[in-house]
Amino acid sequence: MASQAKVAAPTKIRRGLWREIVKKRWAYVFISPFYILFLVFGFFPVLFSIYLSFHKWKGLGPMEFVGLKNYTYLLGVGGKAFWQSIENGIILFFMYVPIMTFVAIVLAVILNSKLVRFFQGYRTMIFAPYVTSMIAAGFTFRLLLENKGGLFNVALNMLGLPGIPWLENVWWARVSLCLLVVWGWLGYNMVIMLAGLQTIPRELTEAALIDGASPVQAFFYITIPLLRPVILFSVILSTMGSFGLFNEVMALTGGGPMRATLTTLVQIYNEAFGNFRFGRASAQAYVYFALIFVLTLLQFRYFGREG
Amino acid sequence: MILNRTKFVVSKTTLYGLLTLTALFMILPFIWMLSTSFKSQDEIFVSPPIIISRNMSLDGYRYIIDFGVLRSLWNTFFVAFSSTIVSLFFCSLGGYGFAKYRFPGRNLLFSFLLATMIVPYAVTMVPLYVIIQKIGWMNTFLPLIVPGAANAFGVFFMRQYISTISDELLDAARIDGCSEFGIFTRVILPIIIPGLTSLGLIFFMGAWNNYLGPLIYLKSPKKFTLPLFMMQMTGPPGFSMYREWMGVAVVSVVPLLIIFLIFQRRFTEGITAGAIKG
Repeated sequence: MASQAKVAAPTKIRRGLWREIVKKRWAYVFISPFYILFLVFGFFPVLFSIYLSFHKWKGLGPMEFVGLKNYTYLLGVGGKAFWQSIENGIILFFMYVPIMTFVAIVLAVILNSKLVRFFQGYRTMIFAPYVTSMIAAGFTFRLLLENKGGLFNVALNMLGLPGIPWLENVWWARVSLCLLVVWGWLGYNMVIMLAGLQTIPRELTEAALIDGASPVQAFFYITIPLLRPVILFSVILSTMGSFGLFNEVMALTGGGPMRATLTTLVQIYNEAFGNFRFGRASAQAYVYFALIFVLTLLQFRYFGREG
Repeated sequence: MILNRTKFVVSKTTLYGLLTLTALFMILPFIWMLSTSFKSQDEIFVSPPIIISRNMSLDGYRYIIDFGVLRSLWNTFFVAFSSTIVSLFFCSLGGYGFAKYRFPGRNLLFSFLLATMIVPYAVTMVPLYVIIQKIGWMNTFLPLIVPGAANAFGVFFMRQYISTISDELLDAARIDGCSEFGIFTRVILPIIIPGLTSLGLIFFMGAWNNYLGPLIYLKSPKKFTLPLFMMQMTGPPGFSMYREWMGVAVVSVVPLLIIFLIFQRRFTEGITAGAIKG
């Protein structure tokens, strides 16, 4: 409608548009409370952050324009902690996401197969950690992983094995963090996989099994490809998750030892509210955003294509 | 036949074994949390480990109550409850507008909203802090209640939910002389209660367990929510606080577990809706 009128008389469409807006005024009444809130607290900060990233500011006093300095700073030694946090995100991603996703799919397939009883009970128990405060869980894991007298090491010692310096060693600290994250998120992933499986007709796998495929073949050649969209969703969330871990890190390791578990969100938080360098924190947040964005696009292309 | 049968039994055992092992790993921390909170100091780090304390002690709980855990529990509840109500109000209203009206700019406004969903919290964290400081909301519960209501996922969720309601129902109400706002409160709201419950549970859980927000905005210990309370609770040097920490953990975990057990179905519905449809 609008495009037809465009050539004829611009004022007419403006009046037409206006009439349409007045006619549908209720729609605007309904969305505006939300939308105003969104513009102030959701959208404006995104723009303000760009502005901040070109300034030097401690949160008080005047801002000083510094151009691209907050960005170029990241290329030198000053960016070390930031890049370490990005590297940690990638390391953590490879440490827990493939295993967690795979186990979540396997458990979901088992629960969905109707081969086992107590479906509800198992699902509830595996999902329960998801509603748990990760601060509370982090402290509990710290207790379990305590070097001397923690349950895990006591159990290892009782089996005649030496204890593990869970939270003291760079790599073990990462393993500990992954344990906590998998504990907290496996159930969530399993539940969305279960929901995904319920959209796949049961006859498909049944027909394959009758035709002589083994259950393992049916799993890899039928279930996994059909679950692809759900897997993609879960992997994308986990990608953002592994850079954005915060509560888990603060409660369990505090980012150490030697920044081995410092995630990007913790790093940006420290820069902003520990050092009060708002400009640098904003620049880091934007670099991080750009990286996440590219990673998500790549995952879409890689996983979303076939099938 | 017999071979097939043993194979079946073996594979079934494997399946149960896998599930049970996972389930055990999941409930172990809960058991350990609860058990430690009742132990006496010298029972915490011993080998072999003690699950049920021989001299059950409430000292841990007494200590955290003196320390103000109940006020903290109330703060947590207050923030979670009010932020949930406020968010549900804004999101259902917005969701209804987007679902049931065709108006100029609708698609643009909506895609704009969805596009901001991929912006990580790290980007808005600092500017939000600056805004909150400028409007004088520091050290109040408001920054934990109001900004969260501008939740794009919430509007997306409610729009999906409301768009399944037939238009004829709304037109019938219109013909009966119902005002537009009356349609929302009298026709739409009663129908979308299950959806509001699902979304509300997600909001409530998120607010209850939120740590980063309170960490940034709350300054005085009297206002601390449970995660913050737990993080700042340190005993005298050289004194293990694990029993007391586990007490706070129990206080913060049990209410949500109860809510989750009651509303399990609604809860999982809310969680899976975004993954499957979106």
